[in-house]
Amino acid sequence: MKRIYVKENRCLGCRLCEWECMYANSGLDAMFKLKGKQGEILPRIRVEDNPEDIHFAVNCRHCKQAICVKSCIAGALSKTDEGMVVIDKNKCVGCFTCVLVCPYGAIMPAADGKAAQKCMLCTDNDRGEPNCVKYCPNGAIVFEEGDL
Amino acid sequence: MKYVIIGNSVAATACIEGIRSVDKEGEITVVSAENRPAYGRPLISYIMLGRIAEQNADYRPKEFYEKNKVNVMLGQRAVKIDAGKKAVLLESGSEVFYDKLLISTGSRPFVPPMEGLDKVKDKFSFMTFDDMKSLSLALSEEKRVLVLGAGLIGLKCVEGIADKVKSVTVVDLAPRILSSVLDEGSSSIVQKFLEEKGVNFVLGDSVLSFYGANARLKSGKELPFDILVLAVGVRPEVSLLKEAGGEINRGAVVNERMCTSLPDIYAAGDCAEGYDKSAHANRVLAILPNAAFQGRCAGINMAGGDDVFDGGTPLNSLGFFELHIMTAGVYEGECSEDISGRNYKKLFVKEGKLVGFIIIGDIRNVGIYTALVREGTPLSQIDWRIMSKCPLLSAYSAKERDEKLNKGV
Repeated sequence: MKRIYVKENRCLGCRLCEWECMYANSGLDAMFKLKGKQGEILPRIRVEDNPEDIHFAVNCRHCKQAICVKSCIAGALSKTDEGMVVIDKNKCVGCFTCVLVCPYGAIMPAADGKAAQKCMLCTDNDRGEPNCVKYCPNGAIVFEEGDL
Repeated sequence: MKYVIIGNSVAATACIEGIRSVDKEGEITVVSAENRPAYGRPLISYIMLGRIAEQNADYRPKEFYEKNKVNVMLGQRAVKIDAGKKAVLLESGSEVFYDKLLISTGSRPFVPPMEGLDKVKDKFSFMTFDDMKSLSLALSEEKRVLVLGAGLIGLKCVEGIADKVKSVTVVDLAPRILSSVLDEGSSSIVQKFLEEKGVNFVLGDSVLSFYGANARLKSGKELPFDILVLAVGVRPEVSLLKEAGGEINRGAVVNERMCTSLPDIYAAGDCAEGYDKSAHANRVLAILPNAAFQGRCAGINMAGGDDVFDGGTPLNSLGFFELHIMTAGVYEGECSEDISGRNYKKLFVKEGKLVGFIIIGDIRNVGIYTALVREGTPLSQIDWRIMSKCPLLSAYSAKERDEKLNKGV
């Protein structure tokens, strides 16, 4: 399965991926319309920075043995036949056990606080391919066949 | 090969998945005393809250049992295991024969003796879907509810009913709420928060007797009530295994392959013990992820595969209204704390490793801490100054980061 990988030597920490993620999942027709909507929609990718000019983006690794799936109390998280970890919002109760067990910090409460949200590689919006990858100006996020 | 599973919740479901990862054809039968497909037991408070619809509570999709060729016997109680004959006797009188058997019967409520309890009309446990349904039917705006037990089950029940009744009072023998999960400081934050929501607590006290619609406490206090919820504690449901001659400690004694002391009988989930990496001992670690890990391990081994359950870690993710609490491991060693208002964070470091934490409020990325606890990562391998402030992957070395973010995991 194709997964997202990050190249931290190419990442400037511009956080455009976070905006692109929010935009892709917002249903809005222009990215600038996110203005004033922070808090109503949250990115499913997060950029980390440290003082030594290190920056990188993190989103769901779609682990083979996904601990979030096994730990989900509701059966809201599951793996597709291809290996993608998906969340069913209608089943999620917002207990956030997944947040407690994800070793990457790649699943988080959605803006309403009532369910978790995570990257589903833009298969759950109209983009069809990961928007963060498509618009990263530096090639710091790539979408490649997995099992490297 | 004939597989029989007694009980039908998380461990049972994981066992089915474990079996099917090895054996696609063997005959699987699930004997379930409950009358509905598997659901995560902790879901009942969320259904009560209206957080999810009842029809979305199933742990697996509708087609799960058919797809995995599982014969589910709902509403059938197993009453005896004949280990010699390799048969499970059902309440109906019929027998189900097995080659490999899993006991995943979870736990049952523990009710201490209290005078007059048998005369209390509206009393409920809060363990199963049916418990939740019958309690729901009894609730109304003029009812006063008395909850015995300020543990996880009692307080999740409180959250579910608080806005549906006139008053809720919780009594617990312990001097603080959630005493098995939280330390004093964090417990008092949660207590204050729940009190602001209108919940009353009577702590360090217990019910001696019931008379009419009153509870008389040890302290002499009298509490009038209309509905009683019993959430004092739970005990592993191991009666079948015990009667069959299996070794029981507090829960079913199992080895790391989840085998009990009886041949071809396995146990998993809240009824079984298992290695607790944090306590360095075998004990019942009644948390849902453990049931999933143990159930899967048992299933793989039952089907002739080879898997070990190498231990679990205590973990709790709790929400009360909009307050979120996360804990892991043990609260031993050196503690660094960061407490302001309702945000509470304590990290416990022992012998150069993060062994536990309590976090209330900012729960972002907490799983990064959990991984340190679970894996026993020496803190000398990471930048603890960064990590102790905030759970971040940037505290790992460049090589570790590359492993985590650029390889298949």
